[in-house]
Amino acid sequence: MGKTLAEKLWDGHVVRQAVGEPDLLFIDMHLVHEVTSPQAFDGLRVAGRPVHRPDLTLATEDHNTPTDYTLPLLGTESIKDEVSRTQIETLRRNCDEFGVRLYPMGNDNQGIVHVIGPQLGITQPGMTIVCGDSHTSTHGAFGALAFGIGTSQVEHVLATQTLPMDRPKTMAVTVDGELPDGVTPKDVILAVIAKTGTGGGQGYMVEYRGSVFENMSMEGRMTVCNMSIEWGARAGMIAPDQTTFDYLEGRDHAPKGAEWDDAVAYWTSLRTDPDAEFDAEVVLDAAAIAPFVTWGTNPGQGAPLAATVPDPADCEDDSDRVAAEKALQYMGLTAGTPLRDIKVDTVFVGSCTNGRIEDLRAAAQIMDGRKVADGVRVLVVPGSMLVRQQAEQEGLDAIFTAAGAEWRQAGCSMCLGMNPDQLAPGERSASTSNRNFEGRQGKGGRTHLVSPLVAAATAIRGTLSSPADLEA
Amino acid sequence: MDAFTTHTGTAVPLKRSNVDTDQIIPAVYLKRVTRTGFEDGLFSAWRSNEPDFVLNQSRYDGASILVAGPDFGTGSSREHAVWALLDYGFKVVISPRFADIFRGNSLKAGLLTVQLPEKIVQRLWDDIDEDAALEVTVDVVERNVRWRGEVHDFDLDNYTRWRLMEGLDDIGLTLRHTDAIAAYEHNRKPWLPKVNV
Repeated sequence: MGKTLAEKLWDGHVVRQAVGEPDLLFIDMHLVHEVTSPQAFDGLRVAGRPVHRPDLTLATEDHNTPTDYTLPLLGTESIKDEVSRTQIETLRRNCDEFGVRLYPMGNDNQGIVHVIGPQLGITQPGMTIVCGDSHTSTHGAFGALAFGIGTSQVEHVLATQTLPMDRPKTMAVTVDGELPDGVTPKDVILAVIAKTGTGGGQGYMVEYRGSVFENMSMEGRMTVCNMSIEWGARAGMIAPDQTTFDYLEGRDHAPKGAEWDDAVAYWTSLRTDPDAEFDAEVVLDAAAIAPFVTWGTNPGQGAPLAATVPDPADCEDDSDRVAAEKALQYMGLTAGTPLRDIKVDTVFVGSCTNGRIEDLRAAAQIMDGRKVADGVRVLVVPGSMLVRQQAEQEGLDAIFTAAGAEWRQAGCSMCLGMNPDQLAPGERSASTSNRNFEGRQGKGGRTHLVSPLVAAATAIRGTLSSPADLEA
Repeated sequence: MDAFTTHTGTAVPLKRSNVDTDQIIPAVYLKRVTRTGFEDGLFSAWRSNEPDFVLNQSRYDGASILVAGPDFGTGSSREHAVWALLDYGFKVVISPRFADIFRGNSLKAGLLTVQLPEKIVQRLWDDIDEDAALEVTVDVVERNVRWRGEVHDFDLDNYTRWRLMEGLDDIGLTLRHTDAIAAYEHNRKPWLPKVNV
């Protein structure tokens, strides 16, 4: 029997296999940020262990960084929150002491860890990539095995460049057909999560297959793979193809010359064999997917924008009903309200899910020549400094500011509000990020997850909207 | 990590599903660079906003086993969620289903996560409701949970069980295989990226 892509990636990285023990996997790249690493470096220090492969370890600052400073930036004085500043300074000290390359705030290569890896050509097909961050699944868009780990595992990878792991099962998510106009990769993944529930992918490495993903840009594929964790999947991936190779060619760390040809030949073999079998399969029809928004407090609580807030009484399962009731109470919503009537205070365009150049272009295209609705605050936060520079070269920043949006520096920002970009209690946002958990964007804040197109249209109308609503 | 063989204590019923790690510990508590002292962040939003929240009820004081609904620990990979539970005094979390990253983190840090079927969890909730002082035993050696005549087996692979019972450090175990790691490194594809300082 043939192998799935996930199995090929796994088998290609087994350092050691023994009956009754987890496989020992080699890690090709370890991405590090300030939040989940301090205790790991501390562990190394206490045990007197070095970083085994500093050349396969890359750090950046993203979660705590403010987004309202001006360049050039030399120190950390723009970080007003003392605890945030300590965390950033600790990362700098640790990288210095252990010889790890760091892209700090203000550096051209700084940005959200999952945006900079692909951008620098560090994320390549066939690799294993880990980071102390659950959205590491993003890198699976290149046909890599990429997953989030906890701090104990961060320490383990720093010390050994390996991880002991049991092999998860495999699942295929197939979406064939044509997506209707205005339906984006974000809508596709929100629809997948609404179908499977937040736990549907638990224990699986998921491969997204079918014409919808084949026709998607690399950035769209990253959006999809990014949110794999939101339905519990250990990893999400898409087989590399010409789109992948075109994206990578010429990037800083991409192979060059004869090595490029060797690499492409190898990458082309990274496909699920025709006779391979998945442990589970999910199928969606592309034509049935519409612009999607969430109404509740987990990413599985979503519905097409044209729908109404669901009635918890309609839930078949008791625990789903209780969860829906609790979610509506937290969100301050009443069953039966059209989703389009929900008024927002804030729109956030950014994050590792939708903070890339195509996302900013999509939002700018809608906001071009229009004005943000009265009383709505709009934050546009590029995923990296390079995305920011590119957007400025294309004049997107001018479009955003002319519309009345704020144009910010790069970072995780309001996706999780570890920096000052937060919702106030009771405030409601339309957010292109990945989690609508209670308090995620600030204590008491209410989050609706949306695509960049819906975010931009919502900014203009002030209520949850799609671009089609602007023409009506 | 301390060795874990068996634990007996009282339990708290957390009758919620999809308890994500942002609820277990909000991001604002993740800014610390130490490994201890996270107990104040545990369920901080629920503890401060809901007077009836289970951890605000004195009858559960001193409990060391958390009994939660399905899909516990979803979302962010923050191991701080495990540390917060441990620092607060929990030794065991029981749920019908855990998110993978949370479960991996917990078993590495010495917090035992036990999966029991939903109807057994419901029965345990009912019994705790009746008697908050109910003693529950979680046994890694026998791989079962016991209370008041009830005995329910749970799955725990042999390797993890052995590691827990011996209190072994994963890194130390892996460093026994440096030869295998070196051999693998020797054969990696030549084009793979490196980020030398």
